[in-house]
Amino acid sequence: MKSLTTALGLVCLASMATAESHATDKPVLSVLTYDSFTSEWGPGPAVEAAFEATCGCDLQFVGAGDGAALLARVQLEGGQSDASVVLGLDTNLTAQAAATGLFASHGVTAPNALPVAFDDPLFVPFDWGWFAFVYETAKLPTPPRSFPELAASDLKIVIQDPRSSTPGLGLLMWVKAAYGDKAPELWADLADNIVTVTPGWSEAYGLFLEGEADMVLSYTTSPAYHLIAEEDAGKAAAAFDEGHYMQVEVAAKLASAPQPELADQFLAFIATDAFQSVIPTTNWMYPAYPTAETLPEGFEQMIAPQTSLLLSAEEAFALRTQALDEWRAALSR
Amino acid sequence: MLHLDHLDMGQGAFSLTADWQLAQGSRLAIIGPSGAGKSTLLSVIGGFLAPRAGRVIWDGQDITAAPPAARPITTLFQDQNLLPHLTIAQNIGLGLSPSLRLTAKDHRRIDDALDRTGLAGLGPRKPGNLSGGQQSRVALARALLRQRPILCLDEPFAALGPALKTEMLGLLAALADETAATVLMITHDPADARAFAPLTTLVAEGVAHPPTATAGLLDAPPPALAAYLG
Amino acid sequence: MARRPVTLIAGGLAAVLLALLLAPLAVLGLRADSVALSGADLAALRFTLLQAAVSALLSVLLAVPVAKALARRRFVGRGALISLLGAPFLLPTIVAVLGLLTVFGRSGWVNDLLGALGLPQVSIYGFHGVVLAHVFFNMPLAVRMILQGWQAIPAERFRLAASLGFGPAETARHLEYPMLRAVLPGAALVIFGICLTSFAVALTLGGGPRATTVELAIYQALRFEFDLGAAARLALLQLAICALAFALATRFTVPSAFGAGKDAAGGPPAPAGWRRGADGVCLLLAGLFVMLPLLAIALRGLPGIMTLPPQVWAATLRSVVVALASTVLAMGLAVTLALAAARTRRVWPGLVATLPLAASSLVLGTGLFLIALPLTRPADLALPVTVLVNAMLALPFVYRVLAPEARSLEADYGRLADALGMIGFARLRWLILPRLARPLGFGAGLVAALSMGDLGVIALFASEQGATLPLLVQRLIGAYRMDTAASAALLLVSLSFALFWAFDAGGRRYAAS
Repeated sequence: MKSLTTALGLVCLASMATAESHATDKPVLSVLTYDSFTSEWGPGPAVEAAFEATCGCDLQFVGAGDGAALLARVQLEGGQSDASVVLGLDTNLTAQAAATGLFASHGVTAPNALPVAFDDPLFVPFDWGWFAFVYETAKLPTPPRSFPELAASDLKIVIQDPRSSTPGLGLLMWVKAAYGDKAPELWADLADNIVTVTPGWSEAYGLFLEGEADMVLSYTTSPAYHLIAEEDAGKAAAAFDEGHYMQVEVAAKLASAPQPELADQFLAFIATDAFQSVIPTTNWMYPAYPTAETLPEGFEQMIAPQTSLLLSAEEAFALRTQALDEWRAALSR
Repeated sequence: MLHLDHLDMGQGAFSLTADWQLAQGSRLAIIGPSGAGKSTLLSVIGGFLAPRAGRVIWDGQDITAAPPAARPITTLFQDQNLLPHLTIAQNIGLGLSPSLRLTAKDHRRIDDALDRTGLAGLGPRKPGNLSGGQQSRVALARALLRQRPILCLDEPFAALGPALKTEMLGLLAALADETAATVLMITHDPADARAFAPLTTLVAEGVAHPPTATAGLLDAPPPALAAYLG
Repeated sequence: MARRPVTLIAGGLAAVLLALLLAPLAVLGLRADSVALSGADLAALRFTLLQAAVSALLSVLLAVPVAKALARRRFVGRGALISLLGAPFLLPTIVAVLGLLTVFGRSGWVNDLLGALGLPQVSIYGFHGVVLAHVFFNMPLAVRMILQGWQAIPAERFRLAASLGFGPAETARHLEYPMLRAVLPGAALVIFGICLTSFAVALTLGGGPRATTVELAIYQALRFEFDLGAAARLALLQLAICALAFALATRFTVPSAFGAGKDAAGGPPAPAGWRRGADGVCLLLAGLFVMLPLLAIALRGLPGIMTLPPQVWAATLRSVVVALASTVLAMGLAVTLALAAARTRRVWPGLVATLPLAASSLVLGTGLFLIALPLTRPADLALPVTVLVNAMLALPFVYRVLAPEARSLEADYGRLADALGMIGFARLRWLILPRLARPLGFGAGLVAALSMGDLGVIALFASEQGATLPLLVQRLIGAYRMDTAASAALLLVSLSFALFWAFDAGGRRYAAS
């Protein structure tokens, strides 16, 4: 079994190639988050540098797929996680998260800057955004101003599947929050506008950029990326009269945190300028706490919906199964 | 001495038994109708097929469970005696070392075997470039080098013309004499049996009969053989 | 007869593989109470079976004329075309889907052309889109497997056919049909298995919740509902379907018994006349079908390829190491199991080597994660687990490529090798490697490239460091950097293909020497 020995050798080599230097005496604070937060282009590196400058610790982000995967990961690990903090759940998942009993309450008292009242004993918001349909201004001079207008048009949209993606679940809640019992009819009207439903945000946004659809479900701040990073002013988010559903992303301390003090310190750090000022141009969302400086240039061009919709965590959780069934029934016809 | 001790070589409904001995240095022709089990008999002796019951004994040693290569036997098959991707010299060399770790002495022995079988100079060629007769010679050359006391031949020359076949039998006889090998050879041709093998076993109706003198058997064939000879 | 060591080793490996497949299910299943399949699950099951069956049938049926044309025609670029046929299969899903959309999408090349000609547009979204994508992925793979079958017919048989005055119809009936009976069921089985666990392709091109597969239901159960028991049940269902499909395929497979040739040159006859033209059209259409989306991917990624961020290179190195390690592991497994199947003539090696096809990588990853959790930090195991899972998931393909040839090898030369005492390394070195060089090279190329491209389970285990190239592509897209992602994806595809080509061509060259 020469081949097996060689394979094992290669595996060892591969492990060594990734072995991190643990040769520090500093305590390690492990933060479980979604992949794009910790990626080279996300907020992770800047946040890490800023926090480590003050905490005398080694902050390590552990990526775990997407937002939905996070909660699953926490539940899988039960009380045995290395992580002290989980960062990246959204309010559609927090009721379920709270019910696991795996999270501890935080002591952050700083007033947040969310456009709606938000106060949760377990979860600290770290950024937020409005869901919106993004389009190309050159191709679509007069975008629809509401769901019914969109449904009545022959515009094509790409959305995400609520069963596998958090934006998809957000849209489900948006429609439910705006239309309540009328949601099934709206979905039925929208059915012929939907080109396809993708498993995640990446596929949907990719399809939109390839010209497969006129609009894609994303965030009101998505055009800011194109404007600021690519100097492309050709994308915009359509403002809907019903108001826009919010995604509030939150962090929390695990009850089993190996480093409870550092975890508290990190949650408090989230509310500071050092963390918040990183958010707009890395996560392309709005800061959840006031920042010293105004938002980067370009953000002022983003639409600012008059009405912000947000179901409470309990409502969202209670409505999910029914809303999903309605969605599936309407689109399966 | 080769001793087939109450061998039962059946498979499913097919049945074949043998219970006899053959003295060292004998040459035995195996004759009988198609499908009677001639190849099965050689497969069991050669170790490619396990018998249902009974033992194969050589010189007092039970070799029934020995793997083919550990038996004192070289088998020449009907075809596929050579590996087409190896050279003639390598094919012969496998008889000396299955891992082809060949010493200078081995190479000299291979060259010598090539000479003896009339294949001088063909060592570097591949089997695909050789005629049928030449390929048979390669197999014989390897048998020569292996020097096993028993040679089992499953009609390796069946595809050759009469003249070539006679020539091969002559070569085989010379090799067998030289190594004092015991030879068991399946044949369809009574003339081959008369020319080459003083003893013959008739395989028919589920029995491999004890060897008898070839001439007597062929001159006064029992009914089963008579029917086969026509 | 004493059992041969290879059979014992294969038995041990098979037991380990089965344990690796079933232990995750057990770990998941133990954690929840059992509920029956819901109506939605049943609908998903129906759709999954239908699309997988149609995709598999269509892929192999379309592959036959293409493989036939490739087997009997010689032309400039034939080798390159055969190599390129390996490419679609190796593409990461999202890259392939975007490539397909550039050609067949709403504003793709085909629709542009139709529009320019004043013809109605075609939509890729729906059941037919799912099938189209699966055929794009798998038809070329089927071509390669069938072509191998054609090449395994000894030239002597074609000479015999010629001497008997066989026309194309008789050759088809007496030589090609028996070969296809031996090869097609296996090829169809493999493709059915791949499509069985399709999830992103089916959903994205399926157009909506109608196109829900069992794998998506598993995803939902694991990620949103944290119903581990449901996920385990659905994963078991997939394995059961795969086992059933294996039984069916085995039932329909009739091993061809062409016997051995003497490695003479020459292949199937190449009739002139309209058949020549038809072969040309076949090859052209298949070539375009495969090449256009690849071209689209290349065009999309080329501009940024020189300015890729430095992280890409570290990730690339990591991916290559993972791919090579997976290759060594998978080849060791596949050769051992294929030889055991050939020697023992039993079905268990084939079944064990086929089941990973239907293993949900999500369930596999989650189960292994749960098993690893009490023992160590999962992040430390990211790469070894990725190597293991990639090797397991690639095993069915390599096995399918190797098994028929190992079987002929054993039938043709097994007795001779036994008689000469060629066992262990000697048999490997002087019989198996030279006789199986072609399928070994092809198989190793498949594993290497598949492991390069597969996200597999790494997402669950990955830490801040240690990202592989596919994960990096995913992260780039997640950070809106579509152009950089396209370039990184092109790098990924090129490297996968280079690895595939190196092994594949290496095997062919070694076999020819």
